[in-house]
Amino acid sequence: MPNPTRIEINCETGVESIIELTDAEVAELAYQAELAAEKKAEEDAQAEADATAKAALLVKLGITADEAKLLLA
Amino acid sequence: MANTFELIASSTVGLLGASSIDFSSIPSTYTDLCIKISLRGDRAIELDDQIIVKPNNSSTGLTFVHVRGNGSTATSGTVNRTYVPAAGATASTFGNGEIYIPNYAGSANKSFYVDTVAENNGTTGYDSMQAFLWSNTAVINQVVIAPVSGTGFVQYSTAYLYGVKNA
Repeated sequence: MPNPTRIEINCETGVESIIELTDAEVAELAYQAELAAEKKAEEDAQAEADATAKAALLVKLGITADEAKLLLA
Repeated sequence: MANTFELIASSTVGLLGASSIDFSSIPSTYTDLCIKISLRGDRAIELDDQIIVKPNNSSTGLTFVHVRGNGSTATSGTVNRTYVPAAGATASTFGNGEIYIPNYAGSANKSFYVDTVAENNGTTGYDSMQAFLWSNTAVINQVVIAPVSGTGFVQYSTAYLYGVKNA
């Protein structure tokens, strides 16, 4: 199976080239994708945890988000 | 106010997909650059992927500020959140977006925006407005667009590079 390709368009000549990635580039691409997916999952989990904690706190205080904003303004 | 808007180059991804779209040897004769994108990533399962826009094929010195929404909540942050649909989104939908790079041939650091919408026929649909800062004073003569988590863009994804002049 051939490696994935990338597209390069030379704006001076107008020539478009379809270039097959080297094995090293494919490995690097997979590694970077794995890192990005892990990082995004961590960030999304943190954001969700923060939102859940915030909602629980509002319930505990017995106020709405708008009322909390008013208090902090 | 821009008074010219000229197509410099364009590309449509073919049957095999593409890991990136690379505009090279961009002439320095315009005031700004504008890239209109219609992209779909190949990231498995997920509704969305992010894209990275690399001036001169470099991600070193790039920082981000975004505001985004997903149909129910809106958030902001300082990480890259530029959305295109991925394999989990409605079939054959493509995300629209615009990249605008003002003063790309100047000698200051380069700030630009990337606004994107990841089309999806469902209750969750991501969109984002994002500012990029490239802390580098070099003239931009190359722009590479690539997905972050997936391995490429699917067939029929397109990118159109325009040069904009203000005089």
